[in-house]
Amino acid sequence: MIEIQNVHKSFGQLEVLKGIDLTVEKGEVVTVIGGSGSGKSTLLTCINGLEPIDSGKILVDGVEVHAKSTNLNKLRQKIGIVFQQWNAFPHLNVLENVTLAPRKVLGMGKAEAEAIAEKQLKHVGLGDKLSTYPSRLSGGQQQRMAIARALAMSPDYMLFDEVTSALDPQLVGEVLETLKMLAEEGMTMICVTHEMAFARDVSNRVAYFHKGIMAEIGAPEQIFGDPQHPETKKFLASVR
Amino acid sequence: MFDTALTTADLIFLAKGAGMTILVTAISVAIGTALGIAFGVIRVQFGAALTAPLTFVLDIFRSVPLLIQLVLANAFLGMVLKLQLSGFFVACMVLSLYTSAYCAEIVRGGIDAVPATTRRAARSLGVSWGQDMRYIVLPLATRVALPSWIGLALGVMKDSALVYVVQVTELLKSTQILITRLQEPLFLLMIGGAFYFLISFPLARFGGYLEKRWSND
Repeated sequence: MIEIQNVHKSFGQLEVLKGIDLTVEKGEVVTVIGGSGSGKSTLLTCINGLEPIDSGKILVDGVEVHAKSTNLNKLRQKIGIVFQQWNAFPHLNVLENVTLAPRKVLGMGKAEAEAIAEKQLKHVGLGDKLSTYPSRLSGGQQQRMAIARALAMSPDYMLFDEVTSALDPQLVGEVLETLKMLAEEGMTMICVTHEMAFARDVSNRVAYFHKGIMAEIGAPEQIFGDPQHPETKKFLASVR
Repeated sequence: MFDTALTTADLIFLAKGAGMTILVTAISVAIGTALGIAFGVIRVQFGAALTAPLTFVLDIFRSVPLLIQLVLANAFLGMVLKLQLSGFFVACMVLSLYTSAYCAEIVRGGIDAVPATTRRAARSLGVSWGQDMRYIVLPLATRVALPSWIGLALGVMKDSALVYVVQVTELLKSTQILITRLQEPLFLLMIGGAFYFLISFPLARFGGYLEKRWSND
């Protein structure tokens, strides 16, 4: 379970999170929608401790992410994150990209790590690209590799930060299909996305962020069918 | 008809000088590169303000002519500190620090060229700072820095000609000794130059080979 309690976060003078409260249960898929600068992506990077927070608490399975005593490298093993920019390691081939963390962080042997990596790469449809270097992959393939790379650590939670935003339109579908598949398998996920159809189809709950505040959260039918907050209504009207 | 007093024994003498040039260069480039990586990483990691004293010292090594550094270091270590050090030791020490000062800048540029987002992706997998450096940042930085580093290594090899001032007989000094004896300056300088070329060429080609191989990644 991920518990976010009254989290505040500023970059200099700009307060990007103004007291966020959100609990994500195991097996749940929560999508976060909202305009740019609403704090959605910042929240994800705070959850796995890549960004410090100013006040409040984030607990992952009861462990406080930003407590001084928390071993972040260990905690991150159970929270996978995939970014808008897919960030392949360009000097490693696809298989090496995926086996790096299992081998170096979990201390797995080469054969074991490769078996897991192959399984995850097949899972995302890249089973035939094991020895290919990232520069020879399309954006969509690189993004799916990044997903397999995160999955190879057998995380309990996956965070997706606008993973289709930097892709050419014709490549968006293959990545969303991968996310849908994960959701159907019961992965606990928080997805920041601009893909409204995806949010409606896949989520258990949809949260609407506006200027650092979670203006509204509810079942997708409610958020898309009967939004309560005036800003949610405005936002949905603008993206339709 | 061309006539020379140069004998096979003289050529062996030159080859020994070339051996000394290679030895001094190899030691200095190896130690200088290791120190340069450490200094470069420290400069990136701790920022300009905290590392200002280090930067200042490295700037001295980069701005003062090597000849002056060698003479002063030799005098200071021998006459002031009364250390009984060989010229070879002093030569390697000064040339290593000189190399490290240039190498630190090359390393810093290479590390800066690795996108912050790539490093963030690595850290998000639970990779520690040290692992990120070792498996992601330094391999990528090496690709960026290699051409400059090859240039530095070749430069150090030629600069090592100056270590004759601390009584190390390397290739250029050997050539000069033969010139004094045989009085055939132009011919002997050509031979000396050819030796330098023979040492440099493989390194330059090796750099070219690595660049080509990595560009296929």
